[in-house]
Amino acid sequence: MTESKPILEVRDLLKTFGAVVAAKDINVDVRKGEIVGIIGANGAGKTCFVNMVTGYLKPTSGSIAFDGVQLVGKGPREVTHAGISRSFQVSQVFHTMTVAENLMIALAIAKNRGFAALREMDSPDLLTRRDDVLTRYHLDSYKDMTVNVLSQGVRKLLDIAMAVVSEPRILLLDEPTSGISVEEKFGFMDVVIEALREDEVTVLFVEHDMEIVERYVSRVLAFYQGEIIADMSPKKALADAKVQEFVIGTRH
Amino acid sequence: METFLTILLDGLQFSSYLFIVSAGLTIIFGVMKILNVCHGSFYAWGAYTSAFFIGKFSEMGLPDGLGFVVIVASAIIVGLVLGFLIEQLILKHMYHRDEVLIVLATFGLFLVLEDVILIAFGTDPYFAYQPMALLDSVEMGGIVRDVYGLTLIGVAALVAAGCWFLLNKTKWGTILKAVIFDREMGISMGINVPFVYTLTFIGGAILGGLGGAYIAPTISVAPGLGTEVIVLSFAVVVVGGMGSIMGAAIGSVIIGLLRALAVHELPQVELFVVFAVMAVVLVFRPEGLFAPAKPRKI
Amino acid sequence: MLRDNTSKVVLIGGILIILFGAVAPNWIVNQLMFGFSRALAILGLLVLWRTGLVSFGHAFYFGLGAYTVAILDIQLGVTDVFVRLLGGACLAGLAGFLVGFIMRNYRDIFFAMLNTAISMVLYGIIVKTESLGSTDGFAISLPTIFGVAPETKYPLFVVITTVAIVSALLINFYLKTTIGRLTTPIRDNEIRVEYLGFSVAHAIHLKYTMSAILAGGAGALMAMSLGQVDPDSMINWTVSGELVFITILSGPGNVIAPFIGSLVFEVLRTYAFELAPHLWQLIVGGTFLTIIFFLPGGIWSLISKLGRSTS
Repeated sequence: MTESKPILEVRDLLKTFGAVVAAKDINVDVRKGEIVGIIGANGAGKTCFVNMVTGYLKPTSGSIAFDGVQLVGKGPREVTHAGISRSFQVSQVFHTMTVAENLMIALAIAKNRGFAALREMDSPDLLTRRDDVLTRYHLDSYKDMTVNVLSQGVRKLLDIAMAVVSEPRILLLDEPTSGISVEEKFGFMDVVIEALREDEVTVLFVEHDMEIVERYVSRVLAFYQGEIIADMSPKKALADAKVQEFVIGTRH
Repeated sequence: METFLTILLDGLQFSSYLFIVSAGLTIIFGVMKILNVCHGSFYAWGAYTSAFFIGKFSEMGLPDGLGFVVIVASAIIVGLVLGFLIEQLILKHMYHRDEVLIVLATFGLFLVLEDVILIAFGTDPYFAYQPMALLDSVEMGGIVRDVYGLTLIGVAALVAAGCWFLLNKTKWGTILKAVIFDREMGISMGINVPFVYTLTFIGGAILGGLGGAYIAPTISVAPGLGTEVIVLSFAVVVVGGMGSIMGAAIGSVIIGLLRALAVHELPQVELFVVFAVMAVVLVFRPEGLFAPAKPRKI
Repeated sequence: MLRDNTSKVVLIGGILIILFGAVAPNWIVNQLMFGFSRALAILGLLVLWRTGLVSFGHAFYFGLGAYTVAILDIQLGVTDVFVRLLGGACLAGLAGFLVGFIMRNYRDIFFAMLNTAISMVLYGIIVKTESLGSTDGFAISLPTIFGVAPETKYPLFVVITTVAIVSALLINFYLKTTIGRLTTPIRDNEIRVEYLGFSVAHAIHLKYTMSAILAGGAGALMAMSLGQVDPDSMINWTVSGELVFITILSGPGNVIAPFIGSLVFEVLRTYAFELAPHLWQLIVGGTFLTIIFFLPGGIWSLISKLGRSTS
């Protein structure tokens, strides 16, 4: 990694719900091309952090700068336009539509901004792009199936594929492997990470599974009770006493 | 002063009957998340059943006092029979479908039941004045009022107290409140939710029937009376907050008094005022004035 | 824009119907006029229905369109069919655009009921206002077309059918655009639509305004074909209920569906009033339940099934 200016700068982020402090003193810099793992026990503030960066929750105070642009105060839509996408812990897809239709609408929204939204959606160009994404995410065989009937694993792949079609510069994945079987998880992550590396996307992902963290990330952020208690390489983090006590526990 | 008292009493009487009907509607919505359009049919059936039998018994020379028994019995029978049948035959098979689709199904049921009334009771109006005549009238503050109308306020208070007691002082109330707050939580607590639904729907239907049965002696029971009441009780529960008994009470008083005021002082806005209040409340407080708390789902 | 099968069927079918109207008996022409006028409103409700929104108050826009025609006729002496139609559609559209700022934040039954409330406010005003015709309404003169006062209703029928064809083609195209495709996605998952980068509020606002324009146009055409307006057959909540009923009856599958559904409705009503005048509500209610339980795709799903099994 080159030591360039960070593309994501989070400063003194604080989020409270009444008397409950969900996040506090969050300071993070992320550089282009990094793959950052976010770990922590349930309720440690991981998803809250993702929700704040992507505009779903408004921080109580603090700042989030993306390439110099302030994100605090922007909603999910504007954050997506700025170039940050996300996937969801529970896949958020259109469950009565087919996989191909899901991807197509995602592509069309990303590519047909403004008055282009009033043009016919199924252009040859978008159809080619759609098929390309289907292939890269190994979704070809499910193309014409309705999401309702698909396994959680396929839905999560689709969920991520829909997030990347807008060609984001940063992608946040919220527990990509939750709900995916132990046998499938590496295959699944190989597909995802390979596709993302090809596109040079900077990735932050929330993960419970330490095997996944060790294998794919270049850096770890460990959350505990709304604060970041460790920001280091995965090897160091997994050996860190605090991380072992508060994040991994006796055996999470 | 006399006009003021008349408006106040008219308004309160109107509120009372609205409350009895709306309480049923709001309980059904709170527990089952169903906006039950055919609640208007329970009301109409209650009115017809009680008017029919009060008339019949009077023809047979039975004492007029029996009318009050007929009123209560009509409400219970209508609620039990119609409520049970509709819940078991139709609604039970729809709980997994869209909220709006269920509303449409109850709308279809409402239309069907309106015509079944015509087939069963004909198009001529029924007058069941006997219970009202029995109680006579009373002079208060310079105006003469029917005692029967005044008892309506008492009945509404009784219904309110009953609902409050049931919800807050009994084991049943705890179960209902758990289901109202979060259905899934109710299931995980081991509550037999389908059974709770059936009972709730029957209970709500009985209240709808009671509203009709009790008001029957004061009106001419004629086709179409279910339509007016369903629209008005929608306004009440929207203003009060859907699913809240307290809200239904406040909503009834607001709508009842405003309408009485309009009828006496500015008849041009009678219809307008009810819906204008409903629209304003929806715009500024979409959940109504007293919406029950909801669990966070994210 | 006109390459797909639906567009071809609409164009060719529409022209054939216009030709057929020239030789058809009067009562059939009347039924077609009523059916096609109302179908315009259903076209708008179809778009909302696909998005998961049911309005129980679109008689508000239907009535606005109809009463605009009445006011134009009586107060201003406007007879031209196009001015009347545009007047009704534009006023309803403007109202829909303004109300849309509020309505786009509402869903489910709240959306349905806020629409009801607004339509009933207008109903209440008209019923109690003498200068707006009160409960009796107004009679409306037969419109002129390009300055000519026609002797039969056929020219009006041609105008209505043409408007129907154009509207069906436009909505059919709209449903193929990116913003037009945002119906099922919004119904399925609004959060995802926002995260993909499209404003759900804007999409719904546009659909709502379109539905208001169409309902207004429908009301204007209906007023002219009936030759009268009155609050109970134009604005009361039962009218909104009828519109919803025809939408469900038609099914959301295709822009042709509303036209078939509306015609079935007109025929059903005519026969029901002749054969069993007291059973109309029972028939409507029974059909409602049957469709919801056994034919969720409405009449259109039958037709598309038929089409598939023959081809």
